[in-house]
Amino acid sequence: MDSEYDAIVLGTGLKECILSGMLSVSGKKVLHIDRNKYYGGESASLTPIKDLFQHFNSEDPGEKFGRGKDWNVDLIPKFLMANGQLVKLLIHTGVTRYVEFKSIEGSYVYKGGKISKVPVDQKEALASDLMGMFEKRRFRNFLIYVQDIREDDIKTWKDFDPTKQNAQALYDKFGLDKNTQDFTGHALALHRDDEYLAEPAIVTIRRIKLYSDSLARYGKSPYLYPMYGLCELPQGFARLSAIYGGTYMLDKQVDEIVYDGNGKVVGVRSGEELAKCKQVFCDPTYVNEKVRIKGKVVRCICILDHPIPNTKDALSTQIIIPQKQVGRRSDIYVSVVSSTHQVAAKGFFIAMVSTTVESDNPENEIKPGLDLLGPIAQKFVSVSDYYEPTDKGLESQVFISESYDATTHFETTCLDVLDIFKRATGEEFDFSKIKHEIGDEEQ
Amino acid sequence: MTRNYGALETKRFLVTPETKDFPRNNYGMATARGNNGSGQRPNNTTQNRICQFKLVLLGESAVGKSSLVLRFVKGQFHEYQESTIGAAFLTQTLCIDDTTVKFEIWDTAGQERYHSLAPMYYRGAQAAIVVYDIQNQDSFERAKNWVKELQRQATPNIVIALAGNKADLSQSRVVEHDEAKQYAEENGLLFLETSAKTAMNVNDIFLAIAKKLPKVEGNNGNVHGRRLNENEPNRQMNNCCK
Repeated sequence: MDSEYDAIVLGTGLKECILSGMLSVSGKKVLHIDRNKYYGGESASLTPIKDLFQHFNSEDPGEKFGRGKDWNVDLIPKFLMANGQLVKLLIHTGVTRYVEFKSIEGSYVYKGGKISKVPVDQKEALASDLMGMFEKRRFRNFLIYVQDIREDDIKTWKDFDPTKQNAQALYDKFGLDKNTQDFTGHALALHRDDEYLAEPAIVTIRRIKLYSDSLARYGKSPYLYPMYGLCELPQGFARLSAIYGGTYMLDKQVDEIVYDGNGKVVGVRSGEELAKCKQVFCDPTYVNEKVRIKGKVVRCICILDHPIPNTKDALSTQIIIPQKQVGRRSDIYVSVVSSTHQVAAKGFFIAMVSTTVESDNPENEIKPGLDLLGPIAQKFVSVSDYYEPTDKGLESQVFISESYDATTHFETTCLDVLDIFKRATGEEFDFSKIKHEIGDEEQ
Repeated sequence: MTRNYGALETKRFLVTPETKDFPRNNYGMATARGNNGSGQRPNNTTQNRICQFKLVLLGESAVGKSSLVLRFVKGQFHEYQESTIGAAFLTQTLCIDDTTVKFEIWDTAGQERYHSLAPMYYRGAQAAIVVYDIQNQDSFERAKNWVKELQRQATPNIVIALAGNKADLSQSRVVEHDEAKQYAEENGLLFLETSAKTAMNVNDIFLAIAKKLPKVEGNNGNVHGRRLNENEPNRQMNNCCK
């Protein structure tokens, strides 16, 4: 450890591992440390199941939930958009070779006390009970408009300026009713709250395009999930970093980030050892003094021995409960994975209900989600703060990632990573750098 | 999916000393389907079953893990091979009778050094080569620990081979052949002393593994998902595909 590095990365959460990989690929000498003896940090997948119980101070369940080592339970639920940033990053970096995925079978939305499938094609849309006959026609016209619009071609905008006019104006242009707006904004554009209505419509248009492009890729739903759980992703990027020379140390205490007289970082101390460096990249848990609380997320991990009612026994699902449907300001998300992803023992399901905390009784806030699950064999509720950095790192050269928010997918994760990379290196990440060099290993 | 080894490298591989000793009508290195044929064995004209296996390398730093793979896959040896950089995922195919065995070989990428190998590394591995240096007793003891680790973490019926590497340096040997052989037998491991430098037993150890691996469709019940690919979104990965 007593050596000099270009960058020291602290924590092996997904963001830190992607950054570590990008830095190593760019030729930087990287030391990557985690205080835990496992990969993943806050976004780890716990295995075997007794570790999950231990994490929540519960007793080892023994054989109650089948073979303990068949479980890999994510602490933070997320899916990948099949055509999203993270998938592009996985493909461009070659990390896709280390991880296999499955499509999430169904995507559902909550309306009027029950759940309906988010239609994936014309046929399903026509049969859907989400809207009436005339509304369907208006919605269809809206979708065609969104599909055809191209940002660089004003002709496709058709008397509407999506860069200036807001999303509400776009809905009004097509005469969509409140229910359809709710469904479109939350289940397709995946907005967490209704603030987007006042923002330029182009944001929502891009998000709907992402949804439908993702859907087009694999069919059943726009979402993908890695076999063996989300923690495969940081492990994959860590491997990329190691392949390009990154040094890995797990289970290593981090005692201090050391600065010079001007507040610029010079190294990281662990016990008597000091590793020198020019830059530090870390998650908020390593630098309490440079972050502030941005909000709270409540997450409930539920173990079930049956699929979710009314999802046609899907082995994996996402259900979105738009805020307005249950009188809230932010959506509630339910994600379900199972033994088919090698994250649970045979016959078991893991449902995760999460939302942004709005009250003093967070557990009560997720009740509408829990009510959809049927009998719950075991549940663990956690409320965690999420942090944002107060220091952008330009002087200190300490670059801090944001905690994982309540969104159900990784788009914001990737944006944060690319932004940090740019702040730290002064340039955009050059994807072409990797492809050429790995090219000779496998075609 | 087609492999595209440079024809030059394939040829170089074919003339490495130990390859010549193989009875050519039984096995031999084969380029995969779809190659331009420059490296194709004359006897490998029929299309047969292709089985794909993940093989991981384990062992202490500097025992020659990467060198063994480089020798096997590319027929190369570098005296001063740097610590593994840049090439931690290689593939090579072997033919045994009517079956083409494709190895997907994972190198540790140095992550073993501070005990930071990710669980992903062992996951789904159907074969492992645990390497030690015959000049280094510690590396042999470490190898035994890796074997235990594999028995704990990896798939239950994983095929494990023990390789006593740097066998060309037998004048400074400290780990006796018989000691290692006995240990291997007691633990159900394949065992060979190898030299990545002279190529001694390098192909043989991979061949021995290939022969021991169960070559049936969907072997050892591994469940597979899909690999993401820019061009072929719908390609399904199967363990053993016709």
